[in-house]
Amino acid sequence: MSDGERPSGISRRRLLAGGAAAAGGLVATGTLTAGLPTDAQAAGSGPSDQTVAERTGAGQGVTGQAAAEPSSATGPATAPPGQCVYGDGAAVEPFHGVRQAGVATAPQAHAAFVGLDLREDVGREALGRLMRLLTDDARRLTQGRGALADTEPELAALPARLTVTFGFGPGLFRAAKVKGGPEQLPRFPVDRLEDRWSGGDLLLQICCDDPVTLAHALRMIVKDTASFTKVRWVQRGFRQAVQRPGLTQRNLMGQLDGTVNPKPGTPEFERAVWIADGPLAGGTMLVLRRIRMLMDSWDAADRVAKEFTVGRRLDNGAPLSGRAEHDEADFAKLNAIGFPVISEYAHIRRAHTQDPGLRMFRRVYNYDDGDTGLLFASYQADVARQFTPVQRRLAKADLLNEWTTPIGSAVFYIPPGCEESGWVGQSLLT
Amino acid sequence: MRIRHALLAVVATAALAACGGQQSTSAAPANDAPTGTASGAPTAAATAPAGEAAPGTTGPLTIADPWIKTTKSGMTAAFGTIANPSAAPITIVSATSTGAPTVELHETVGEGTQMTMRPKEGGFTIPAGGKLELKPGGDHIMLMDVTTPVKPGSEVGFTLKFKDGGTMEFKAVGKDFAGANEKYQPGHE
Repeated sequence: MSDGERPSGISRRRLLAGGAAAAGGLVATGTLTAGLPTDAQAAGSGPSDQTVAERTGAGQGVTGQAAAEPSSATGPATAPPGQCVYGDGAAVEPFHGVRQAGVATAPQAHAAFVGLDLREDVGREALGRLMRLLTDDARRLTQGRGALADTEPELAALPARLTVTFGFGPGLFRAAKVKGGPEQLPRFPVDRLEDRWSGGDLLLQICCDDPVTLAHALRMIVKDTASFTKVRWVQRGFRQAVQRPGLTQRNLMGQLDGTVNPKPGTPEFERAVWIADGPLAGGTMLVLRRIRMLMDSWDAADRVAKEFTVGRRLDNGAPLSGRAEHDEADFAKLNAIGFPVISEYAHIRRAHTQDPGLRMFRRVYNYDDGDTGLLFASYQADVARQFTPVQRRLAKADLLNEWTTPIGSAVFYIPPGCEESGWVGQSLLT
Repeated sequence: MRIRHALLAVVATAALAACGGQQSTSAAPANDAPTGTASGAPTAAATAPAGEAAPGTTGPLTIADPWIKTTKSGMTAAFGTIANPSAAPITIVSATSTGAPTVELHETVGEGTQMTMRPKEGGFTIPAGGKLELKPGGDHIMLMDVTTPVKPGSEVGFTLKFKDGGTMEFKAVGKDFAGANEKYQPGHE
């Protein structure tokens, strides 16, 4: 992508290196940390050595890692010593239902996303056979039973909240001669997409709190796809395996990631995620982006610059205009010399969508396999309305672009769930 | 394992009692895999009660998780767990299938990696209240001369015939499977 294709005159490099006034005082936060005060600084202390307790006035003497997480009303949680967070692995997520599991499901610690390409002769009839087989595998494995003809059923015995979620790419709709499939995303100026992380006709999304159970489920299911598909890519990810309830997880840049997500179970979530009518009703659309984090240069940025880039504090995720993670960001707030406290080009301003029912629901995983980054998985009822406009704004100008590069991209329709006698995709493929 | 031991004892008795061998070779036209069921779940139905040792009692067999190894042609095998909830043992003496003209009831014998399969004399007897697991490396339903490919996810119909004349029908789902490659030793003539 040449610079000439950038849709605006704003150069990211220039934003960061100069043009301070236009960028709302960026330089001051880049290296001259004593410059323009942020809200945090105005409040009287440095950005990185302050505990949550000090900021919130909770009076708890928490320090270190504990201080990095906002405390609940009753103070910081303390796990009983020696207690395993995930218990004995017996926890089960339901498989049958109106929706597929793995979207509104509280994110498990591990995930594998598998993109499959259909073999040439696979049409609707074969897809029906494939989805019957895969549905049967998923309904057994997620409930802690071996798959049919499982050679190692013992590896299925600890379900650990295993979920298996299926997605249909544009190519599957074409192969089945079904109209109305997902459309490819437009190309964004920041994209440096690689084929090996992009596209795919059929998606397997397998999530589990135990990586061995996950690996077994993956193997059993991929075995059943082999006559119909070829593996295009496998992307494995992980999230914080230990986490206090209700707290947003951190990505590998250290940011709390997912603060403004619609909450499962709320009307906003229903509206944002699930398609309400038409032939695809009951499903959702997944956008999966592989976003490389340029950690070496991120390491070189100081904390103030990092916080300015995102518009949130690193320690507790509060917007720079507020005090706590879930404080509403005040984009109009100005600092002492009249610049916005949250930069015009801060990530959260550029990404902001006012109506919670029009937000995307993000269920992200980190990756760190020689390369570091984020498997950005967002679920929304309408990609063109909820994802694309935000990504256009971010691609045009987002300070975070300096440290992140999308290298993979795929879109899948996630069909509704099924009942015991049915299979995923049945309404589309019969 | 208790059931298994009991079963072995029963089978041994049956084999002794029926020395001529009752494995049946039935001809049935090879059809396309049956379609029309809405569900992906394999189905099973017993069409006739069978209580061979105790006339008057009824106890249809059930089969759980029936599946068949996919193949383009030639030989393949079907598996599943047959349960006999009745109060009397039931012996399956023959089977037919929509998937092959020739079907045999097989056992696998041998040690280590030198396993051989062969027709099981006397058929499969499921003890009262017991189960028989048909599995790779063990007893199974053998299909010979398959001409219509058994595709993954397709369903193949089977009819089991009992010693007392009763029958049971079920469908097995095609699964790609790397194992179940035991050498075939034709029936003892």
